[in-house]
Amino acid sequence: MSNATRTFVLLGPLLAFIGLTYLVPFLGVMRWSVTLPEPGLGQYQAALSDPLILSVLVRTLRICTLVTLFSVLAAYAVTLIWVRGSPAQRLAIELCILIPFWISVLTRAFGWLALLSNRGILNEWLQSLGILSEPLTLVRNEFGVIVGMTHYLIPFAVFPLASAMRNLDERALMAARGMGASRARVFRNVFVPMTAAGILGAALVVFVFALGFFVTPAILGGGRSVMVAELIYLYIFQIPNWGLAAAVSVILMVAVGVLLALLMRVMRPPVPR
Amino acid sequence: MVASLDLTLSGSWKGRGLQNIKAAEIGAEGIGKRFGSFAALDDISLTIGRGEFLTLLGPSGSGKTTFLMILAGFEPATFGRLTLDGRDVTKMPAEERAFGMVFQGYALFPHMTVEQNIAFPLKVQRRSAAEVRRRVAEMVEMVGLGGHGHKRPAGLSGGQQQRVALARALAYEPPVLLLDEPFSALDKNLRGQMQDEVRRLHRETGTTFVFVTHDQSEALALSSRVAIFDHGKLQQLASPQEVYERPANRFVAEFLGDINILPLTDVAPDAAGACGRFEGGVIRAAAGAGCVSGLLAVRPEYMRLSEAAPDGNAVCARIDEVIYLGAETRLELRTRGGIALTLSVATAALPQGLRQGAEIWAGWPEEQGFFL
Repeated sequence: MSNATRTFVLLGPLLAFIGLTYLVPFLGVMRWSVTLPEPGLGQYQAALSDPLILSVLVRTLRICTLVTLFSVLAAYAVTLIWVRGSPAQRLAIELCILIPFWISVLTRAFGWLALLSNRGILNEWLQSLGILSEPLTLVRNEFGVIVGMTHYLIPFAVFPLASAMRNLDERALMAARGMGASRARVFRNVFVPMTAAGILGAALVVFVFALGFFVTPAILGGGRSVMVAELIYLYIFQIPNWGLAAAVSVILMVAVGVLLALLMRVMRPPVPR
Repeated sequence: MVASLDLTLSGSWKGRGLQNIKAAEIGAEGIGKRFGSFAALDDISLTIGRGEFLTLLGPSGSGKTTFLMILAGFEPATFGRLTLDGRDVTKMPAEERAFGMVFQGYALFPHMTVEQNIAFPLKVQRRSAAEVRRRVAEMVEMVGLGGHGHKRPAGLSGGQQQRVALARALAYEPPVLLLDEPFSALDKNLRGQMQDEVRRLHRETGTTFVFVTHDQSEALALSSRVAIFDHGKLQQLASPQEVYERPANRFVAEFLGDINILPLTDVAPDAAGACGRFEGGVIRAAAGAGCVSGLLAVRPEYMRLSEAAPDGNAVCARIDEVIYLGAETRLELRTRGGIALTLSVATAALPQGLRQGAEIWAGWPEEQGFFL
């Protein structure tokens, strides 16, 4: 059996599975977007000229960008301790990463609701201490959505960062210190750039996941901070306008595709000459 | 190509007055290092002179790298005191000592070009932009990497990467350069070239070099003095010639190359040194020190072959093996009493008709034998 045949035989089942469960349905969605209710690009025109849909798309991009920024920043600190800390610190971090991982996204969203709502634990406590007279609005808005999504997505950013930090040549850091660079400078000019690929990878994973988030924004946004996945759900199950839902889905997919292509270009290692 | 570059560059570089006036003297007093109950280093005291090229030599686990890490400031010493030009630096962190370091795996910054790597320590020292540019250009030329300045380390060969590491470590004229087995990942020919390069850089910069290796020939070829470590202890500190020809003990003698050891009986000092008996013959040595052990050592290259018993020191032995190695030929002999001997003879001077199993005499000058 030649190498190419073996590759094909081994990859075949996976390709067939992806084709059947992903590509075929997606082509179906694309067809709806140009055939329902009548053939043509009318639904795209409608989607891109509807101020409601545009505002949801802009809000989705804004939330996803902020969530990516906060998740990767928080994950960088967590990973730093996980990879380079003492054994006790490592264990603590592992528990902090793994335990939320085992709890469903739904439970976690309700957990944040219990903590942050107007009559939730945090507001009650701050009011009982006399720090606040009126409760702070921490959920049913973008803030709540960002907190919930960031919390959910941090572990996904930890793993690419951890692999980048583990594969880093320790001696390069020693060399930098040996040449008189302060710890802050070694971190800024050597450590962070040497983990840049991990940072980009983590950002990509988080951003793509965040774009499709449904449960967390639905619960913590309380219908006031609708993101694109929730909008698509509304157009399919409540309004219903399948053609428009399909067009918005395709716009979302294209946005993800363009983003992936851009990041791949940035992440491509410099070609040695 | 590389070799020819070296020649032209070393020629043009000489006499530019870039001798390092900051070359420092390092003193170690009773340095010890413990990991739990294990003594990695035990009571090391030595002085590394200004502009000296000192090699720390020893097998793996001998403590030589631990000592280098203590010098650099990456490892704290458990005991002892470290001084730099007389100033106590025992507790000074690595970044304040700012000794140049060159590592086995090059340890270049992969996200920076060759020029940016070399500029890094200069920028750390806040040198002016113009000076950084000038110095980087000088260093790139000095290590023969002209035209490679804009490449990243991944685009360079192993030897070129090690040149970048050397240039980066020397760019800011550190008082001391520490090299931790820098060439052990390179093949033999390239290693020879890099040794020439390091010797030249030492001569031209005048910086104090401390070089760690487990390769004896590298240590002998490069250093002004060699410090030999074993089991965390300093075994001997002397010039290459002295450690090779007058080793302080059996470990040093055996670590620095092949050596023949003859157990003598009835050893007694005499006017000219000492004499004793070996398998019925009388053996004399010019130096009597250490003769109480009765173990006489002779390097293989000082032994000469002859068909009949020569005048002076000689032993009779049977030829076990004749191993042709090109420029020299190695002979494995066994004396009548069963002591194994190794001889190293220039192939051009080899007597004709040496056969396995033949009996032959191996002699040596009195002054080339020493007691261990």
